[in-house]
Amino acid sequence: MIRAVNLTKRFGPLLAVDRISFEVERGGVVGVLGPNGAGKTTTIRILTCFQPATSGSASIAGFDVINDSMEVRRRVGYLPESTPLYPEMRVREYLDFRGRLRAMSHADRRDAIRRVADRCWLGDFIDRPINQLSKGMKQRVGLADAIMHSPEVVILDEPTIGLDPRQIRETRNLIRELGEHHTILLCTHILPEVEQTCSRTIILAAGRIVASGSPQQLRDQLSAKARVVAEVQGPEEGEVKTSAAQIDGVQSVEVSSSNGWIRVAIQPKPDRDVREELFRLTTAKGWTLRELRREGATLEDFFIQVVAKQQGQQEGQPVLDTQGGDHA
Amino acid sequence: MHNIVTMARRELGAYFLSPIAYAVAAVFLFSTGLAFGLGTFRNGAESSLRPLFEFWVVMILVFVLPMLTMRLLSEEFRAGTIETLMTLPISEVEVVLGKFFGAFVFYLVLLATLLLYPILMSIYGPLDVQLLICNYLGLLLLGALYIAAGLFFSACTNHQIIAVLLSFALLALMTFAAEGLAQQVEGWPRAVLQHLSVRMHFANFVRGMLEVNHLVFFLTTCGAFLFLTVKRLEMRRWQ
Ligand SMILES: Nc1ncnc2c1ncn2[C@@H]1O[C@H](COP(=O)(O)OP(=O)(O)OP(=O)(O)O)[C@@H](O)[C@H]1O
Ligand SMILES: [Mg+2]
Repeated sequence: MIRAVNLTKRFGPLLAVDRISFEVERGGVVGVLGPNGAGKTTTIRILTCFQPATSGSASIAGFDVINDSMEVRRRVGYLPESTPLYPEMRVREYLDFRGRLRAMSHADRRDAIRRVADRCWLGDFIDRPINQLSKGMKQRVGLADAIMHSPEVVILDEPTIGLDPRQIRETRNLIRELGEHHTILLCTHILPEVEQTCSRTIILAAGRIVASGSPQQLRDQLSAKARVVAEVQGPEEGEVKTSAAQIDGVQSVEVSSSNGWIRVAIQPKPDRDVREELFRLTTAKGWTLRELRREGATLEDFFIQVVAKQQGQQEGQPVLDTQGGDHA
Repeated sequence: MHNIVTMARRELGAYFLSPIAYAVAAVFLFSTGLAFGLGTFRNGAESSLRPLFEFWVVMILVFVLPMLTMRLLSEEFRAGTIETLMTLPISEVEVVLGKFFGAFVFYLVLLATLLLYPILMSIYGPLDVQLLICNYLGLLLLGALYIAAGLFFSACTNHQIIAVLLSFALLALMTFAAEGLAQQVEGWPRAVLQHLSVRMHFANFVRGMLEVNHLVFFLTTCGAFLFLTVKRLEMRRWQ
């Protein structure tokens, strides 16, 4: 449905997007993740025919964004990141204007406005001027505009920014629902959003794709690195550390104390789970155990790791192996 | 065509909702009224609207129309609405023509108010309807040119103030300075400056003469500015 081949975009000397290629199938929600300045918005602007790429090509529904720009624009609904709207217009008037430019008939516009007003919760302010709306309300107007013509492809650039928690949840539900019938490209840096809504994720950093796959797959790439954490009471730190290090399958051990409890963090060898051995150790020694868990890697860990790697390479430094570090 | 009408309607709607447009209309009415009251409509004055149309209205339009056109595109750039607009199935030509006609229709409303003065004059003497039509035709063409030039400068910058200043400068130059400058130079620059002198072309319409070459001047320059605006808008995407 969406296809990008070697997309590159330069702003003068700055390489904002660097030979990106990807393909998105019909249906489903695909998340584009990346830190600030990664090139997400730039990529999206190329796909929506707003800015042409410096080189490379992109197509939507088989239509090239340069040569068949009008066909692409007919099939795409787009919510830019700053949600630009005409402040002096009323919401209904604005949607009607947009519907006209999309060549919708009078009856279609009326039905579509009724439908999106319902789906995007515009009911309370649909007849108010846009400059009187709050940020979140405007965001919903932008979203309504992006979906009012039932486009094949919906491209949303940070759609939940500025919404209250309830609206965020409802918007995510709406995006998931839309994903059943439309192809959705969702650009964000909110990781839970991706985990909740996306069937696939593309991670961009410094203009390049650094990882792609379902959120589950990305997490799995890291789960080999899951740690085992326990809290025990009884012996002194040194003894805990040496005993734990002797367990088969343990790679490294860290201990720390607080409030009379000793926290043991074990990094097992790949694909090993040492929880049972650790439990047996504590019972054998007669220590009190109050917590024992395996700390799975989160998408956030993955994100921080790949982004840090990319930045490390950029600056010519050795690749960092951060885990839950504070590079965000 | 459909898109041009939709676009023009939105622009016109934006004018009627904007305080700037009302301020501009007020300035226009006040200053034309002043010019009429002090210059034309007084005892002993020649019973003619010629000074009003030939000088005062042109002068006022040089200042008033850029204020109407300055927001047309620079506001879209500034607010970022150009992004939602240009990702719709609408071409640059349609956007430019839509904006042009939106402003032009607002200008027609201003021109209609000017009809008050000929009506007042007709109380005192017979009205030369043919002359009046010719004057109005000249004003329509003049306004179209000014609006197209203003629209072009609006496409050049995100700042409305810069757009309005550049428009003032160019319109004042073309309207009032070109004739004088032409006297200072020789050869082809003189010919060019004379040809570009808006007042010279407009003067014929005020005198009630309809000559094709003056009509062509207004239509081609107006078309040239609209063309440049479209090119400017297309260029902007490549930056
Ligand atoms: N119009 C422009 N002119 C010059 N540089 C630009 C322009 N637009 C973007 N850039 C640069 O391109 C790079 C990528 O920007 P982009 O907006 O695509 O990032 P992003 O991934 O959307 O970031 P964010 O998460 O902050 O929205 C940045 O370094 C930015 O400074
Ligand atoms: Mg962005």
